Amino acid sequence: MKPRVLVLRAAGSNCDLETAFAFDQAGGAAVLLHINRVLENPALLTEYQILAIPGGFTYGDDISAGKVMANQLRFHLADHLRAFHQQGKLIIGICNGFQVLVKAGLLPVVDFAAEQSVTLTNNDSGKYDDRWVYLRINESPCVFTRAMKERVYFPVAHAEGKFVVRDESVLQELWRNRQVVFQYVNPDGGVAAYPWNPNGSMADIAGICDPTGRVLGLMPHPERNIDPTHHPAWTRIGLNREADGAALFSNAIAYFT
Amino acid sequence: MITRIELGLSADFQDSEAKGILSGARDLGVTGVNRVKVYQVYYLSGDLQKEEKTRIAKSLLADLVTQQYGIDQPLPCKEEPPCWSVEVTFNRGVTDLVAETALKGIRDLGITSVQEAKTAKRFEFFGVLSAGDKELIAQKLLINKVVQHVMQPGEKLFFTMEDPVFQLIVIPLRDADEEQLMRLSRERDLFLNSAEMHAIQDHFRSLQRDPTDIELEMIAQTWSEHCSHKTLTGLVEFEGRVIRNPLKQTIFRVTRELDLPWCVSVFKDNAGVIRFDDDYNVCFKVETHNHPSAMEPYGGANTGIGGVIRDPLGTGLGAKPIINTDIFCFGPVDLAMKDLPKGVLHPKRVMQGVVAGVRDYGNRMGIPTSNGAIFFDDRYLGNPLVYCGNVGLLPRNLCEKTVAPGDAIIVVGGRTGRDGIHGATASSGELHTESEGTWSGAVQIGNPIVEKKLVDTLMQARDRGYYRAITDCGAGGLSSAIGELAKTTGAEVFLEKVPLKYHGLSYMEIWISEAQERMVIFVPPEHVDDALALFAGEDVEATVIGRTTDDHKIRLFYHSALVGELDMAFLHDGMPEVVRQAVYEKPVLVETEPELLSDLTPVLHKILAAPNVCSKEWVIRQYDHEVQGGSVVKPLVGVDQQGPSDASVTRPRMDSYKAVILANGLNPKYGLIDPYWMAASSIDEAVRNVIAVGGSLERTALLDNFCWGSTDKPDRLGGLMRAMQACYDVASVFRTPFISGKDSLNNEYKTESGDSIAIPPTLLISAIAVMEDCRQAVTMDLKKAGNLLYVVGLTRAECGGSHYYEVMNASSSKAPQVDAESARRLYLALHAAMTAGLVASCHDCSEGGLAVALAEMAFSGGLGLSVSLASVPRTADVVRDDVLLFSESNSRLVVEVQPDKEAAFCAALQAIPFGLLGQVTAAPQLVIDGIQGERLIEENLANLKSSWQNTLRW
Repeated sequence: MKPRVLVLRAAGSNCDLETAFAFDQAGGAAVLLHINRVLENPALLTEYQILAIPGGFTYGDDISAGKVMANQLRFHLADHLRAFHQQGKLIIGICNGFQVLVKAGLLPVVDFAAEQSVTLTNNDSGKYDDRWVYLRINESPCVFTRAMKERVYFPVAHAEGKFVVRDESVLQELWRNRQVVFQYVNPDGGVAAYPWNPNGSMADIAGICDPTGRVLGLMPHPERNIDPTHHPAWTRIGLNREADGAALFSNAIAYFT
Repeated sequence: MITRIELGLSADFQDSEAKGILSGARDLGVTGVNRVKVYQVYYLSGDLQKEEKTRIAKSLLADLVTQQYGIDQPLPCKEEPPCWSVEVTFNRGVTDLVAETALKGIRDLGITSVQEAKTAKRFEFFGVLSAGDKELIAQKLLINKVVQHVMQPGEKLFFTMEDPVFQLIVIPLRDADEEQLMRLSRERDLFLNSAEMHAIQDHFRSLQRDPTDIELEMIAQTWSEHCSHKTLTGLVEFEGRVIRNPLKQTIFRVTRELDLPWCVSVFKDNAGVIRFDDDYNVCFKVETHNHPSAMEPYGGANTGIGGVIRDPLGTGLGAKPIINTDIFCFGPVDLAMKDLPKGVLHPKRVMQGVVAGVRDYGNRMGIPTSNGAIFFDDRYLGNPLVYCGNVGLLPRNLCEKTVAPGDAIIVVGGRTGRDGIHGATASSGELHTESEGTWSGAVQIGNPIVEKKLVDTLMQARDRGYYRAITDCGAGGLSSAIGELAKTTGAEVFLEKVPLKYHGLSYMEIWISEAQERMVIFVPPEHVDDALALFAGEDVEATVIGRTTDDHKIRLFYHSALVGELDMAFLHDGMPEVVRQAVYEKPVLVETEPELLSDLTPVLHKILAAPNVCSKEWVIRQYDHEVQGGSVVKPLVGVDQQGPSDASVTRPRMDSYKAVILANGLNPKYGLIDPYWMAASSIDEAVRNVIAVGGSLERTALLDNFCWGSTDKPDRLGGLMRAMQACYDVASVFRTPFISGKDSLNNEYKTESGDSIAIPPTLLISAIAVMEDCRQAVTMDLKKAGNLLYVVGLTRAECGGSHYYEVMNASSSKAPQVDAESARRLYLALHAAMTAGLVASCHDCSEGGLAVALAEMAFSGGLGLSVSLASVPRTADVVRDDVLLFSESNSRLVVEVQPDKEAAFCAALQAIPFGLLGQVTAAPQLVIDGIQGERLIEENLANLKSSWQNTLRW
């Protein structure tokens, strides 16, 4: 049976369809579900192996990006999500989903009681930016990036993607646990300055996982690079190649098959 | 009890908003400020315990990693005290999105005692500021008085509003004389002319009663230029004959005569519909939102894009919005403050506000903004243009509405407020120096998340067959929506059932309010409960407000009192015909040739840096152009994705390579010479952009959007008549049907001295084409050193309105013309070559002519060019190299071809004028030699690119 993927949407989610499509294309069976249905009946979560929180502007990103949806998870679904994670299932948050995960208490570790230790805040540029970035994939326990190439190319599209930590010890902990999955790099693989680090993230961090590697959050959009025609320079490099993002979804599906 | 919670960034984090204000203050010439701090403030009304306040601050409002919070007192200032602390908030009645979300977040925390919320921003300025500086900063940077104000100490923030005591207002009309009729029209902002007022008077005399206010308002809405397009569908006397319905004689006629099988629904529904594939059609609509954007750029553009999204959503049984386009015309952004007329916002502020408005709405809706253009001219100073477009995807079996008696009328989405009263009628008047104050009711701020929820739920309701008809509430509000949709049946509406944002609206205001994010659906009785449950399940408000009837009347009730009753026949067909006068006189222009310079490199730099030519990357990257996963050719292309794409290519379905191409053409500079050739050029430009990315002329459809001065003035209308004739002449030959359009005819600005400044005659042509396989798309960046470069199409001496003449201060009356027959042959031949895979890159020649096209192709591909003009096909009147290089003749493209495909390419273009220009080189240089072989241009690509990029790099 195909692994079942729950793409959880809320008012203002907007990358739900392409995220579901990416999982379907990778061999999963994705279902879109509004968060109100899960709040009414949290047991619905048990029917799925993968929980994906897609990009968008949940509740307008008013107050701060992802905050209202994060609180819905944190104050109303914590027990069910903890169980979901402990059962060895996978959780991914992309862009707005990443913002939700860190504010809900699902990253950098699954702990709904702890005070938030990392966040995603306003880009240094002061504006929304849609551009493609190079990412280095570090060695990590992350299930989603297993055996992926060392460098990938995904677009970012956000105004609040600057990764920051509460204090230096949080960063050290992330490194110690090999939780820094994605880092922005320049086209040569070196340290990224703007625009290669598009938002001013500390340590060029673009995505992190929890210590188990089963929860991943990232600002760039892998689901926007799953077809060769997605690449912004495909008319130069041709279509006879695999799109970088597809492997990430295949890894998640392969984990259950 | 009111709780105040303030949030500020911790010192470790940089505040980009504060930085923006600091640099804005310096732009205003205020030098005394050295630092700014910004605080977000929430006011909550309701009884809260101390613990609850702390919980709201810590768990909801503050991001504790980056922010500090203060409850009921400002955050302490650690260093020197600010020289000025000022707080600004929204005016009463203006949508406060963040406050609404905060209320939801507070309820989610289990705290139910907060009834209302309001947000504000507090700014601290450090340094030295005079009272004048403060006033300047407040007015020019911190607020737009149309929607915001500086808070006063002790200001009342929350109001309990009472419903007005119901009183039916009857307007004594039957006995009014001419003067009284016209005063009534003026004082009630009806914008009805004398003949129309008399027609209404006659109608009510025959009914032997006077109209109520709501009846008169509904007639004014329905008959407004905005809703009825009475000028272009009326009678016009031009060149000695009276033309009935000029629109039908030109624009519609193209489509009718062509009668193409893939045109599904044209000029009928809210958007034009064409065939996409076996399962889907696509529809496209472009609207303008000019006057609101002039007054409140952010809100105006915001609701402009929000409004046009609801057009495809209200087409057929509802199309899913898949692509946005935006085209703007502004005054010069480098205008000196001292030259700014009173009552006008600075063009830079207008542009920043408009871009932010489109960005925030489009991005939040999850719709890619893939195509657009920006044009600058002095005459848009008081009257900028904001065109917003949306493409929707519509299942083929859901393209038709049915309206039957007995269905429930349900309003879905946003609540109704006093916002936007008289938008439809107001857009039919001129802007003037007092506009800011007088029309504030017409300006709104949108709520994209309400609209996103609306789209999400309507798509589900549509697929389950819950409703039979749908339309948007746009100009004229419920009045226009229900009046139009129930035209063939009749309807009764119970106005007190309409959900309101706040108390205090009269029955008349409820009916004509243009509050955003509302749709109307007609639901058969058996589906009402299911439909309401579906909307409620995703927190979308839906309310039954009336029902369709079978007596062809619209009947309005307020708490069981009949407040209005009109015959549909009079409402829709009772408008009297007025003959409008049109004259056209060709302007007399002095012919002055520019001095012929031996080195044209500096001229090329100047043209590349011209605002109308330069890179718009600053704007483009603020729009999400890739959401929905179908972006194939993006607005920026090339080796480092900074090159200007000719058109966008988008896959509406992720499981198919069939695609939609969008492009546009806009040439106001030619319009000042001759609107006929302006229109012809705009069509040609839109079409050749489609061709440039690999589209086919045979699957291209057009949209027309005229923005003109006041057509009550015969000279303005005369130009428009010529432009419409050109639309017919060129589009018929191209065989490209018009499928939708809209006009905006009162774009004038009255200055303090009483002069009326009209915008340049502006026609936006939008093109949409269906592409069989997007993997055949071609981009404009040079691909490989050693490839050959050709120019296709004939160059004529047509420098009138050109950028070359502009930078050289020369003048000519020879605007580019279009030889439509030859152009069609060229486009068909070139498309065949492209489909055969013979073309590596392709770029159209437009602003700045051949020279700019070559430079853009080169720096976008990171490859050089060595070319000679000797073989460029040209007419006999082209004798000078500079004319050959910079003339803006239409129907020309530059094409890159691999050497091994040269023969096949040349064979494909047999009988088409084309010539070899030269070669793509590895050396990053643009080298252009003239007809006689002398060097005209030699420059590094990096320098050319930087000229092109620097102008709008904000």
